[in-house]
Amino acid sequence: MSEADLQSRVMAALDEVMDPEIRGLSLVDLGMVERVEVDGGQVRVQLIPTYVGCPALGLMKADVERRLAAVPGVESVTVEFLRKPLWTTDRITPRGRERLKAVGIAPPAGSGPTEHWTPECPYCGSTQVHRENVFGPTSCRSIFYCDACRNPFEAIKPV
Amino acid sequence: MTALPRVTTADQARADAGFHRALVELLYQAADDDLILAQRGAEWLGLVPHIEEDVAFSSITQDMTGHALALYQLLEELGEGQADHLAYFREPSAYRCAVLAERPNGEGTYLDSPRFDWAYTVVRQYVYQRFKRLRLEAMVKSRYQPLADLAEKMLREQFYHLYHWEVWMKQLTGRTEEAQRRMTEAWTRVLADAPSLSSLGPGEQEILSSGVLPWSLEKPFRQALEESARSYGLPAPNAWTMPEVNGRDGRHSPALPPMLEHMAEVYRIAPAGAW
Repeated sequence: MSEADLQSRVMAALDEVMDPEIRGLSLVDLGMVERVEVDGGQVRVQLIPTYVGCPALGLMKADVERRLAAVPGVESVTVEFLRKPLWTTDRITPRGRERLKAVGIAPPAGSGPTEHWTPECPYCGSTQVHRENVFGPTSCRSIFYCDACRNPFEAIKPV
Repeated sequence: MTALPRVTTADQARADAGFHRALVELLYQAADDDLILAQRGAEWLGLVPHIEEDVAFSSITQDMTGHALALYQLLEELGEGQADHLAYFREPSAYRCAVLAERPNGEGTYLDSPRFDWAYTVVRQYVYQRFKRLRLEAMVKSRYQPLADLAEKMLREQFYHLYHWEVWMKQLTGRTEEAQRRMTEAWTRVLADAPSLSSLGPGEQEILSSGVLPWSLEKPFRQALEESARSYGLPAPNAWTMPEVNGRDGRHSPALPPMLEHMAEVYRIAPAGAW
């Protein structure tokens, strides 16, 4: 198998590694995969952490190692977290944004922290929403309420 | 100011004794401030005024602990030892947190009759985050590139921490007489400890001359506090007297040792445990 083949198998496998805290969203969807290098059977994956203190990082690393070890042709896996470039919410891919909505989480409206932003309700698409709490079940999410369809929902904070 | 070259790796930092010493000193201050104040925050879990606050405050303390960990990891790269060990296994005199961070939340403990002071907590967390914003902005201009990169990332998260406490400051000042009295009292107590935050300890000159930090934090911090006093209708800070014990030189209040002992309890039972 050529290195190019292995590279594409590795990328496909990484797309199956899900965010442990948001099921249905892969590390690729999140824009966390910065670089994949294949040298013979040795694979080096460089990831960008979303939040400095995200408690899921250790799990993600272990999941990547486990998943890639199962790819035929892979002999060893190294996973590194980079300090640069910075992860910002505009790194979430278009497919990632759709997948977030599918699990009831509004994708971020842009990037860069801000006191006020208006996400679209992931259920009905309305912008008649109000914020209940800047913080939510994880550091990266806020809690909103949709005044149109009367559903509470979560939203990714712009960073 | 002469443009000293950027230091891009831990090995380069270790090759320059003065720079290394100054860098390590500043990293301990910042990491210990976040870790210790996050622990004081964690003691409020389940005790805060309402459930939304529990969600928010615990997210913030989790982020702060994460920031502390990232700073201890920089120290690990600089040869100071393993990050977990730095967080839990040092002697109290090795900690460099400002005395403001270690002050108890009030009477009692979270395990036994907590009679904690919410006004003091709001003001302390607000003042700390106001200070932390200034320190991170200075760190972005640090000569040590790994620190500058990390600070840039932290700033984006810290925005929401400071914002959270600004909302509380706004809500609790200028309202009822009792709230105003309690907030003023808390503000006065926090201000008495505030100089400990912007102190860079005995190594201050070296931290500044080596370019680990590009400027002193005292002046911008005092200005920020004056602005805060104006916008929240609180007494202006007047005297800027260093508290008798400020923490930056390793001398701490009696509140720190039992706190560290409690924090490290599980780690000491099973140092090889994986979480």
